Amino acid sequence: MSALETVFAGVRFKNPIVPASGTFGYGKEFEDFYPLSRLGGISVKGTTGSPRNGNLPPRIAETPMGCLNSVGLQNPGIDHFIAHELPYLKTKDTVIIANIAGADIEEYALIAEKLDKTDVDMIEVNISCPNVKAGGAAFGVTADGAAAVTKAVRARTTKPVMMKLSPNVTSITDIAKAVESEGADALSLINTLLGMRIDIKTRRPVLHNNVGGLSGPAVFPVALRMVWQCANAVSIPVCGMGGVSSHEDAVEMMLAGASLIQVGAAIFADPLAPVKIIDGLEKYCTDNGIDSISRIVGGVMPY
Amino acid sequence: MKYSEKCPVVCKKAIAADIFDIRLYSPRITAEAVCGQFVNVKAEGFFLRRPISLCGIDREKGELRLVFQVRGKGTEEISRLREGCLADIIGPLGKGFDLSDRNRKAVIIGGGIGVPPMVPIAEFYGRNAAVITGFRSAGAVILQKDLEKTGAEVILCTDDGTAGMKGFVTNALEKCLEKEKPDIIYACGPMPMLRGIVKIADENGIRTQVSLEERMGCGVGGCLVCACRTVKDGREVYSHVCKDGPVFEAEEVLFS
Ligand SMILES: Cc1cc2nc3c(=O)[nH]c(=O)nc-3n(C[C@H](O)[C@H](O)[C@H](O)COP(=O)(O)OP(=O)(O)OC[C@H]3O[C@@H](n4cnc5c(N)ncnc54)[C@H](O)[C@@H]3O)c2cc1C
Ligand SMILES: Cc1cc2nc3c(=O)[nH]c(=O)nc-3n(C[C@H](O)[C@H](O)[C@H](O)COP(=O)(O)O)c2cc1C
Ligand code: FES
Repeated sequence: MSALETVFAGVRFKNPIVPASGTFGYGKEFEDFYPLSRLGGISVKGTTGSPRNGNLPPRIAETPMGCLNSVGLQNPGIDHFIAHELPYLKTKDTVIIANIAGADIEEYALIAEKLDKTDVDMIEVNISCPNVKAGGAAFGVTADGAAAVTKAVRARTTKPVMMKLSPNVTSITDIAKAVESEGADALSLINTLLGMRIDIKTRRPVLHNNVGGLSGPAVFPVALRMVWQCANAVSIPVCGMGGVSSHEDAVEMMLAGASLIQVGAAIFADPLAPVKIIDGLEKYCTDNGIDSISRIVGGVMPY
Repeated sequence: MKYSEKCPVVCKKAIAADIFDIRLYSPRITAEAVCGQFVNVKAEGFFLRRPISLCGIDREKGELRLVFQVRGKGTEEISRLREGCLADIIGPLGKGFDLSDRNRKAVIIGGGIGVPPMVPIAEFYGRNAAVITGFRSAGAVILQKDLEKTGAEVILCTDDGTAGMKGFVTNALEKCLEKEKPDIIYACGPMPMLRGIVKIADENGIRTQVSLEERMGCGVGGCLVCACRTVKDGREVYSHVCKDGPVFEAEEVLFS
């Protein structure tokens, strides 16, 4: 057995590295660089009940060591995903995590129900997208809203349900506890931090949406802190993300309490980032005599 | 096939104020690249890569040619690459121009830093093409010799008349059309210029391909940030410049 093998919310991953939703499309675009079977899993682009065009461009702004995005959940809808993307992805020998979002609770529940009948491995519920007006983060910023979505999704599927939390809140641990109490199998965090940039020549925001979500190495310390706090507040497993771009970052995230790691914006700088991190973790385990990476999860020794 | 690689800078020249011409040795990318595609270039110290079109694809030498302008800090950093340095690039990316029949008559139009990707189209058509290029003034004019070498008719315009004819590329295009209507128009340049060209092309019923720009994240179709408004089957959809483009049929693009 490989030292990187990980069991997370009952699902077996060959390694703990998963490209993050929205940064890796449906995977196909990256097959020239490496076979998708190298990856622990793929969290696919966020999917809604019906197709969405997303926001007007520009949708990205560079920041020091990161970027803001305001895609606004452009996607072809759940029926398209199930009929045209999932069957192909399921041939790739990697865990497929569907990432879903809705404008109201019934939309979340309906998508979960549709996915329940497919062979998707896991459902990640995005209650934290800062780029859509209705729904999205609206549910993720209160414990009651987050709990209500969790409950509705839980009632309609037996698939493992992972709730994706927003960092744009006063107490992320309250929300973590609320979704745990409604039957979430796992947490993932963080989604992007709301930010803004202005072009000083035109005095216009760089993003057409005016504001957008910050991600990339710049957010890593914030993400790490939130992962640590949540991992200590709940007993369900935590998938950590936000700024991970090297295997050292992944190890830090795991020490903070994450047992699975997603890698997002780092892929823009280097499409090979996920496999480089996997190779780095492999070597880290060998060099340190670690027979199973899961042994380091939560291993930080705080003061 | 797309490749991510570090390739040696074979030569670098400044060809006008803040405009650089670099050649990169990359046999793999060169072998598969087509005209109109681009590479995504790492700027040391910056998070996002910078998309730059291919201005030349030399299969014999295995060399890619990029001509770019320093617009901000990232392109300034790229301009510091010297001969012998390694450029970190991903490519070839995107869909190129339709160059299926060199016996067609083509009009090729480039405005400013939109001129570089037009050079290989002119090479393809040679005598069957007229190339119209437009610049602000004489100091900004680039690539005229490269275009002349192709055998195409080369028409130079400047906004202030300091080189070539005074006026916009659209004026030159109208004159061209009075003589002979081409089978196809290719264009790359600022949005207002493209809009003007497409309007004229529409009125004359001439197929037009345009190369568009948008800010990018991944450059390969994975993040959906590089959206542009297009029409497919009568419905408005957001296509993606890095994957569906950068070359689009003008009739599919919503310019307003
Ligand atoms: C498909 C494509 C082909 C291109 N080909 C060429 C070429 O052959 N020669 C050339 O000189 N320029 C070309 N450009 C434009 C070039 O990519 C930008 O000038 C460059 O990214 C600016 O970076 P900067 O750091 O200097 O500017 P900054 O304004 O500091 O850049 C900030 C951010 O905005 C992005 N950005 C700014 N302007 C543009 C733009 N016009 N298009 C896309 N992203 C932008 C940058 O990539 C960066 O992420 C092309 C753009 C695209 C999309
Ligand atoms: C362009 C872009 C699109 C994204 N789209 C989604 C999405 O559809 N659903 C979602 O849950 N998160 C989405 N995210 C958030 C990421 O999955 C991730 O939570 C965040 O970017 C932090 O990780 P990173 O710093 O490694 O990128 C998106 C992020 C980016 C940069
Ligand atoms: S830049 Fe990522 S999809 Fe075009």
